[in-house]
Amino acid sequence: MLSSIKANHLTNEGQKLGMMYFRVAIILFGAQLLMGLIAAIQFLAPGFLFELFDFSVARMVHINALVVWMLYAMIGSVYFMLTDETGHEGVAIGLGKLAFWILTAAVTVVVLVYIFVQVGAGTESTLWLINEGREYIEAPRWADIGIVVVVLVFYYNVFATYMAGKKTGIMTVMVADLLALAGLYLAGMVYTDNISMDQFWWWWVIHLWVEATWEVFVGTLAAFALIRLIGAKREIVEMWLWIEVLMLFGSGILGMGHHYFWIGTPEYWWEIGALFSALEPVPLVAMFVHVLYDWGKEQGIAKAQGKSGNVITNGPAMAWIVTNAFGNFLGAGIWGFFHTLPQVNIYTHGTQFTAAHGHLAFFGAYATILIGMMYFGVQKAYGVKQMKATFNSKMAITLITLGVVGMTVALTIAGYEQVLVERAELGGTWDAFFTAQNLPWYVQAQLWRAIMGVVTFVGFVYLLVDMLTIGKRAKATEA
Amino acid sequence: MENENLSVWTSIPFWRRSAAWVTGFASILLIWLTFDTLGQISMGTDTDLKNGVTKRVPGPTVINYQIGYEMSTKRGHEVPVIGEKEPFFGKEWSVTEAEDLLHLGKLTSQAKNCMNCHTLLGNGAYYAPDLTKAWLDPAWADGGALQGMTGKSTKEEAMAEFLQHPSQYPTHARMMPDLGITADEAKGLVAFLKHMSSIDTNGFPRNFGKEEGTTNAK
Repeated sequence: MLSSIKANHLTNEGQKLGMMYFRVAIILFGAQLLMGLIAAIQFLAPGFLFELFDFSVARMVHINALVVWMLYAMIGSVYFMLTDETGHEGVAIGLGKLAFWILTAAVTVVVLVYIFVQVGAGTESTLWLINEGREYIEAPRWADIGIVVVVLVFYYNVFATYMAGKKTGIMTVMVADLLALAGLYLAGMVYTDNISMDQFWWWWVIHLWVEATWEVFVGTLAAFALIRLIGAKREIVEMWLWIEVLMLFGSGILGMGHHYFWIGTPEYWWEIGALFSALEPVPLVAMFVHVLYDWGKEQGIAKAQGKSGNVITNGPAMAWIVTNAFGNFLGAGIWGFFHTLPQVNIYTHGTQFTAAHGHLAFFGAYATILIGMMYFGVQKAYGVKQMKATFNSKMAITLITLGVVGMTVALTIAGYEQVLVERAELGGTWDAFFTAQNLPWYVQAQLWRAIMGVVTFVGFVYLLVDMLTIGKRAKATEA
Repeated sequence: MENENLSVWTSIPFWRRSAAWVTGFASILLIWLTFDTLGQISMGTDTDLKNGVTKRVPGPTVINYQIGYEMSTKRGHEVPVIGEKEPFFGKEWSVTEAEDLLHLGKLTSQAKNCMNCHTLLGNGAYYAPDLTKAWLDPAWADGGALQGMTGKSTKEEAMAEFLQHPSQYPTHARMMPDLGITADEAKGLVAFLKHMSSIDTNGFPRNFGKEEGTTNAK
């Protein structure tokens, strides 16, 4: 698959390795969407694949494929930009390629076990071999250890290349951030009988990834992309990046408190979590302003210099990065803030509100910019100077964005119904849960979620076709 | 922003230093609070329970006691209340027995992937009911619909029976699948649920099991 992307225009081995990661990432993105569709159908028709491929399995693969495709695309992006940023060939790309194959083989085995074995007996060996049953980091322990080894190889490549080459601000932030990102994974590898302790450390991985280190990571990608795509000035972009690091870590690290409201942890987390997580949208606004401002400014400078047309060298990549600025602000910022205060969260915690926020935030903050980076890769692979959006590019971004926003709105409505009836009115019991789940307007919202899921998937098909064809066509037009 | 900086606000070194200080300060504060929290959420002991010492996360032998969930006027929300002793599966469990049972239950909850349909302490998937206070659900109590459905005479036996043969006891069109849970694993899971219901969750879920008045939602 994707073999039609000829890597013969890539100038260095790191970029070739980056493309390998991108190819697996896009396949896993497709798998994520398919699993989501199965789960969405099961909400409407619970008999669908019952006791054959249950919701728990579809949902586990859905969220694992999400995390893994994003990590693949992130690693791919780093390998892709490594030599451009440091001015130095990656130090151990051969080893990096071996690590890629090991990781991909391991991911394949893990997914096959998820799908065909599904669950095991209540023993330690199930946790070692089948799954750990902890949301997002279900990967069995043998795979955890493999992931740590592969990440060490990756980090060695990044760190040693950074040390050998130019130390730009972007790379400095990235090297520090990746160390934290990789180290945090270790917090998710411990077992304890104490469910409060279990959840406490679980959040060290989940929260400090998606609300701190991943956010800073995409900040570095956006900085790199703005320099390459619209010729933004490095000094300005890097100054913004440090401001973003300040605000993202300043709010995000202690913003962890908003996950410690109800898991057995002390009450002081109410105040800490409320204050710092309420600040979390601030850097997202800043990133949003920054992208649009720089774009407008560079366009204005070009005009003033009498250059006609567009400063953008890669239309689809820029479109996805602008969508990232909107999506991060809306999905992570606004939808997160909706239910981050304890006074609200005591009712909304663990309802479809969370699902609504999760969908728009992961898409807006991460999927968008990573897809943008993939387009960047395609452009480089074909050696295209200026890559314009095609009909397929436009269909892909329109349908995927419409689909995800549609799912988010539908799930938000479902969340309102659930919160008011199950939590506020009926006291959150087994019976209260099902009463809310069977409300006509709740069911209607789930139907719209499924429809919007299909829209998203159709958009994905356009995206896949576009990635396979846009480079070749653009090259042919330029020649 | 060439070499001479007109203002500190456009100085990269200023923002770099600020970012480092803020990140460092936030990290140190998080680590300090983590130590405090870990102390507060480590499991209590059997002696604590015997002496009526309140722990946020009681020891495994809490399965030998009645558990309630009552409004605390002092704290402004509901808190678990540990009451008199009561038999659990017809007996009192020793410290090691209770530890082993809870261990089996927690392992089983992960091995059977409960969290990808249910929520535990509100975290997980949203396809099935939250299990934080499932032990306290009136439907499992004597005279409750779920206990009646299984034909068992105690809450724990009813829950264990359901867990072993969930699709034989459909409560709604959306059913729990048969996950091959053995009799021992089911006991462990019920102990795990009972233990979880005794954790002080700062009043989550609010008003659990206290449906009042009439509603047209049903």
